[in-house]
Amino acid sequence: MTLSIIITAIVTILAAATAMSLRNLVHSVLALAVAFAGIAAFYLQLDAQFVGFAEILVYVGAVAILIVFAILLTRSGEAPDQSVLGPGWFYGIIVSALVFTAIGWAILNSSALPTEVPVASDATVKHIGEALMTKYVLPLEIIGLVLTAAMIGAVLIALREVSTAGGSRRESAPSENLSGLTSTATNSSLGGKA
Amino acid sequence: MFNALDQVFVNALHWLVGFLPEALRPLVSSLLAVAFVLMVFPGIFAIVTVIERKGLGRIQNRYGPNRVGIPFTKIRLCGFGQFIPDGIKSLTKEDIVPRAADKVVHFLAPVVMLIPVLLAYSVLPFGRNMTITDYDAGLLFFFAVGGAVEISVFMAGWSSHNKYSLLGAMRAIAQMVSYEIPLILSAVTVVMIVGSLNLNNIVAAQNHYTFGIAHWHVFTPWGLLGFVLFFIAALAESNRTPFDLPEAESEIIAGYFTEYSGFKFALFFLGEYLGMFAISGLGITLFLGGWTAPFSFLIWVPSYVWFISKLLGIIFVFIWIRGTLPRLRMDQLMNFAWKFMLPLALINILIAGIWHFMDHDWLRWPVCSTLIVLAYVTLGRGLMQNQKLGKRIYRFAE
Repeated sequence: MTLSIIITAIVTILAAATAMSLRNLVHSVLALAVAFAGIAAFYLQLDAQFVGFAEILVYVGAVAILIVFAILLTRSGEAPDQSVLGPGWFYGIIVSALVFTAIGWAILNSSALPTEVPVASDATVKHIGEALMTKYVLPLEIIGLVLTAAMIGAVLIALREVSTAGGSRRESAPSENLSGLTSTATNSSLGGKA
Repeated sequence: MFNALDQVFVNALHWLVGFLPEALRPLVSSLLAVAFVLMVFPGIFAIVTVIERKGLGRIQNRYGPNRVGIPFTKIRLCGFGQFIPDGIKSLTKEDIVPRAADKVVHFLAPVVMLIPVLLAYSVLPFGRNMTITDYDAGLLFFFAVGGAVEISVFMAGWSSHNKYSLLGAMRAIAQMVSYEIPLILSAVTVVMIVGSLNLNNIVAAQNHYTFGIAHWHVFTPWGLLGFVLFFIAALAESNRTPFDLPEAESEIIAGYFTEYSGFKFALFFLGEYLGMFAISGLGITLFLGGWTAPFSFLIWVPSYVWFISKLLGIIFVFIWIRGTLPRLRMDQLMNFAWKFMLPLALINILIAGIWHFMDHDWLRWPVCSTLIVLAYVTLGRGLMQNQKLGKRIYRFAE
């Protein structure tokens, strides 16, 4: 149990450090996805199935893809020539390690910290579902409403057909016999997606 | 007798593991279960490649593979030995990596593709007591690992440094992200009615019989609509025709695996088919009663036989559709997902709620059916309103 946690921790931290230090942004995103998966593995080892699966579903499946799309759509894939680390990175590490030690020491010695280790609660998916349906039903409903509204709004934005100059894209077949052949080429572009 | 036949794999596993010391048993039994999946489903993949080529051949009025049988004999087996030379060929072919490719990512992409697909099998109930891991949130696990496939598609497309690969990857990701929403939303109805994310419970909820007919979800109005939506979204998720834009041969060569050859290509091929089987298996579990029999007089047939025959039936429909329908255009694909399937899936959730609250009232059958037909017709009419669809006029073909 502890060995697997140590392995997961090493993989996660290494992946996160790699994500920070690589020059190629796409490589960084892939390393970040590994770090997300490592965090999900942590949750699963702590028997938090729901959070673990949600972590994979949301972060590996959606957030990483979103970042990838953002990179591909905004800039060229050329990696910068100079190193991503500033010249004073070594001193930076020393200072941050000192700060971390100070904060950690302060927290561990503070009186606000509970002295007893709390008993791990049994947070199965069933319990989470029951809590969501009884105690937290109002926040759940509100979030569900907001998300549905956002989704319908996105669809509504996409519903409006932008009519291009020289007639709309769809009606080309019966009405424009002559230009029918040329207008089909523009239809298969990627830009049509929502 | 029938029960023994039904449980033969489970009992064989227990018997084999029984010889081992206590400490090794969990490890060995899980390894054997993994070996079972790794044997059965790639085996089905091998057979399906031949069936698909033969089926498409029949649809296109030609023979398809019919030569290869048992070597050194005259037995041809109708060409069903074809997958062995296919496999040997892909194993022995040269593995070409483009000079400009990102070597590490290019190498990792097929592996990253296959791992989540194989992981998805760990929650599917193949038969009675035949689920590898019995997660409470099995359905969530399935969708979570399915999301990781998109990363591998992007890795393959981006690392090849080929415009066709990148275009294919972008198309594939856009398509997978779009169709994941109706896929999950149509599965949500089942979760609402059953009240569990556990796939075993979902199968158990369908394992009842009235007048000898099973309580499969597909036999209810919301279940029928949900199954159709799920089926279409599953076609799109597994990049099958008519949603095969990510690898449209006539447009972008082979999509995101244009630059893959030899065994890496075979891994992509395998991953794609295994993904198709997994998502079909999920559809069977959610809507077609999993491993249960359709009629109560057929329950003596072993449960895994039902699962595999339903799987093969769905794959047959996939092949049939591939031979029948042409490819969609990108904007048609996106419009269909966002403007038609998504609203219909949301309405279906509402209808499933109505179905649940009209419990044990026969009126719920006509009410829910009418609502579905109404939603379908209104949505279809609304979308077709501004489109003047007429007979297509060809300039040169006639």
